[in-house]
Amino acid sequence: MTDHIDIISVDGSARHRAQKRFKSYGLLAIGLSLTFLFIMVGSIVLRGSSAFKQSFVQIKIELSADAIDADNIKRVRFGKLLKQSLRNKFPEATSRKDKKQLYKLVSPTAEYSVRKQVEANPTLIGTSAKLWVRTSSDVDMYLKGYVDANLDESKRRLSDLQLEWISLLQRENKIESRFNTKFFTGGDSREPEQAGVLGAVIGSALSLLVCFMLSFPLGVLAAVYLEEFAPKNRLSRIIEVNINNLAAVPSIVFGLLGLAIFLNFFGLPRSTPMVGGMVLALMTLPTIIIASRTSVRAVPSSIREAAMGIGANKVQTTFHHVVPLAMPGMLTGSIIGMAQALGETAPLLMIGMVAFIVDVPQGITDAATALPVQIFLWADSPERGFLEKTSAAIMVLLAFLIVMNLVAIILRRRFEQRW
Amino acid sequence: MIENNDFAPENTIISSKNVDVFYGDKQALFDINLNVAENSVTALIGPSGCGKSTLLRCFNRMNDVIPICRVDGSITLGGQDIHAPNVDVVSLRQKVGMVFQKPNPFPKSIYDNIAYGPRIHGMTASKAELDEIVEESLKRAGLWNEVMDRLDKPGTGLSGGQQQRLCIARAIAVKPKVILMDEPCSALDPIATATVEELIDELRERFTIIIVTHSMQQAARVSMHTAFFHLGNLVEHGATSDIFTAPKDERTQNYITGRIG
Amino acid sequence: MQQCNLQTINITRNAVGRKTREMLVIALLLACSLVAVLTTAGIITSLAFEAFRFFQEVSLFDFLFGLEWSPQTALRSDQVGSSGSFGAIPLITGTLLISAIAMAVATPLGLLSAIYLAEYASNPARAIIKPLLELLAGIPTVVYGFFAALVIAPMLRNTGETFGFVISSESALAAGLTMGVMIIPLVSSLSDDVINAVPQTLRDASYGLGATQAETIKQVIFPAAIPGIAGSLLLATSRAIGETMIVVMAAGLAANLTANPFEAVTTVTVQIATLLTGDQEFDSAKTLSAFALGLLLFIITLCLNVVSLKIVDRYKEQYD
Repeated sequence: MTDHIDIISVDGSARHRAQKRFKSYGLLAIGLSLTFLFIMVGSIVLRGSSAFKQSFVQIKIELSADAIDADNIKRVRFGKLLKQSLRNKFPEATSRKDKKQLYKLVSPTAEYSVRKQVEANPTLIGTSAKLWVRTSSDVDMYLKGYVDANLDESKRRLSDLQLEWISLLQRENKIESRFNTKFFTGGDSREPEQAGVLGAVIGSALSLLVCFMLSFPLGVLAAVYLEEFAPKNRLSRIIEVNINNLAAVPSIVFGLLGLAIFLNFFGLPRSTPMVGGMVLALMTLPTIIIASRTSVRAVPSSIREAAMGIGANKVQTTFHHVVPLAMPGMLTGSIIGMAQALGETAPLLMIGMVAFIVDVPQGITDAATALPVQIFLWADSPERGFLEKTSAAIMVLLAFLIVMNLVAIILRRRFEQRW
Repeated sequence: MIENNDFAPENTIISSKNVDVFYGDKQALFDINLNVAENSVTALIGPSGCGKSTLLRCFNRMNDVIPICRVDGSITLGGQDIHAPNVDVVSLRQKVGMVFQKPNPFPKSIYDNIAYGPRIHGMTASKAELDEIVEESLKRAGLWNEVMDRLDKPGTGLSGGQQQRLCIARAIAVKPKVILMDEPCSALDPIATATVEELIDELRERFTIIIVTHSMQQAARVSMHTAFFHLGNLVEHGATSDIFTAPKDERTQNYITGRIG
Repeated sequence: MQQCNLQTINITRNAVGRKTREMLVIALLLACSLVAVLTTAGIITSLAFEAFRFFQEVSLFDFLFGLEWSPQTALRSDQVGSSGSFGAIPLITGTLLISAIAMAVATPLGLLSAIYLAEYASNPARAIIKPLLELLAGIPTVVYGFFAALVIAPMLRNTGETFGFVISSESALAAGLTMGVMIIPLVSSLSDDVINAVPQTLRDASYGLGATQAETIKQVIFPAAIPGIAGSLLLATSRAIGETMIVVMAAGLAANLTANPFEAVTTVTVQIATLLTGDQEFDSAKTLSAFALGLLLFIITLCLNVVSLKIVDRYKEQYD
């Protein structure tokens, strides 16, 4: 028998403590990063979810037949009628100041809503109709609990009198919280209660469409060239180094490029999804090329040899066999590139997609904004009501990003071939 | 097969009993019973894929690093089960050192390569003591004269044979009982191989050496005991001279004469 | 037996049309890959051209070494002294201050995460943690900017008040901290690659000597990976320098020449964005200065990228 060999662990020795400590540093780092992520997303969801609801108030409005010309509803001054109804409801508001406060209970856009409802239902004319209209943003904020009624009157945007009216309306069940469809069907507005993301979503979609139409074919063909055809010479090396460096150029520089070349030199229309898409295409091109090259490289050479073996030339081999097999990977890479492009803001600021645009764009040459730019614009607005709208718009943006990434993952799972 | 596993040297330092090794669902070793004598050179031979390297890595639990690898049965070092819950794998590996197939010096100076082990194990109290260990280890590995004036140069700058001797010096610097060598010469040219083989012969006096080799000539040259493996089984184990001149098993015979492998 | 007629087997190239078609396809493919080169050329010429016009009005020396930045005065073009001040130093120091804060956050957190993922995490844990960390990189920067301005900045200001510091509501600290978190996944995924490129044989050698995992990581893997990690950090720094939205929303416009992270500073990107947002006249030095800043930004980030890509490439070659 040999001498005793000591291999028994000394529990809690300094070395083992150091080992455990070091491991816990790593966990701590990951924990901190993920905590930040959850707090960020959590606080945005917390703030944003209330934007999907909007307070409405029921107003009894006298639509007497002599006040309304049924054939010419466009010219009827519903605003006046609305104010009249409010005064009828709260006759105690007699001073100029009080009346002004009274009118501020409903959204400044309420008169258009009344007109729309009358247009949609002309039988209302001649009756005293009970119509629901949006409350003003201040009232909406109060009803959602963002305003502390215990604060001194001078420190809040609603006066004691207004609060009294609101509680009266609440007691009469004349205030209701409804799903805010306008947020999804409307364009931008100066009034938070009227603002929607549709214009920005369409603007982003059109930009991405242009971006995809340009960058996908360009990226795929460039990748095919570099992997299958490029000779090992200086030009090929220059192209490769170029692509790698382009991938790390700050996005705002692409915006400068778009401004100087597309807008000033070629004179393309400012603020349009067309130019936005072109700039984003140049930005995402490196991502798509790099992803496509990886997926072309993954096609085994036995496929190429098989095609060559039956007499196909290089071009036929590539386009009949290699490209179709690499396509799922290329599409996955492109979707991920598009997701990056969807979140880009800075280059779009440079080419003027920051304008205040109410109308939903109809085509790629209409002035438009994009979803992240809309978020930036709303984040900059002083009105309290835009805070929840900004958070809600971020939720919409994140939802789109999640969907795109899920599509990419599903595509990869479904079509990925293990060679 | 059992009769072949009865070979028991009187001064056993490492012994395996009924060892099965699995990689996931695949079994790599079947019921291995092997006793290794202290202060001797034991060669593990056999065709590639026969599990000899796997067994070697069991002796200092290097297989712990591979998540899908499972080892059943018992392995003892000086009578202690190395899988016992109170065994410290770090202390175990200090006592059972290892030299790998490809020389793998750290990208540090020659000095730091040797000093790394003694430093992490807190073996020395002063710089002078550490210097002494480095010099002694390099001398014992027969490398001292070649590198004494460039100890601060990177270990990766040495030739292949020198690198492997550096790795051996690194292993003996922590004063192990056993040194496991996994085909230590397979990446070396014949001259460097001869130097390393000489070194192994010298080291035998102080250390127990278990060497995996694919070269039968090497096994015959350096080892006192030889164990022959085939398809995950230990076929035969005995004095090297017996295995090479009078193998008991037909498979050993075939392998030695070059019919399998 | 029929005689085989070798003459009928034609293997010479007779289809000239086919050959030309092939050449045309290849030319088209080459043209597509040249778009990348054209883009770079477009960036350089457009930036250089407009910057050149700027330097006709403001000297290069004043731009690079001037200590005051106030392009606003240039608006009154009819007045004497309408040229404004175009010293880029405060912008450069502001950019560096914020990037330094960001890297101070991202380097330890990113590296430790990478080490944990590469060396400690089990496969299932890795499969969950990695995508979660990458989520941080997938969130648009405008969201970070909003969060920095809305949550981080007020939080810092309140904390500062408690301890008797004055932290401005648009501080370098708020922007830098947030940007640091955004960069964590970049640092961790690049370092993860680098750490995985360290050959297994080195790990085996260290474990074989009885080193613990922590000792192996700190004394063998980390030193071996240092060049690659340095390259990754440079790449991350370049990303921080070029980041726009977080600083636009959280750092502010005040061109203060300061190293105090509690004060508001501005950056190169913020100035480009503000100078060019909205309507511009293309002749004023104010507008053109944005292009000079853009050129500066492009050169700085390009140098960092080239150097870091070189380092990482050479590092990977070493272990191939």
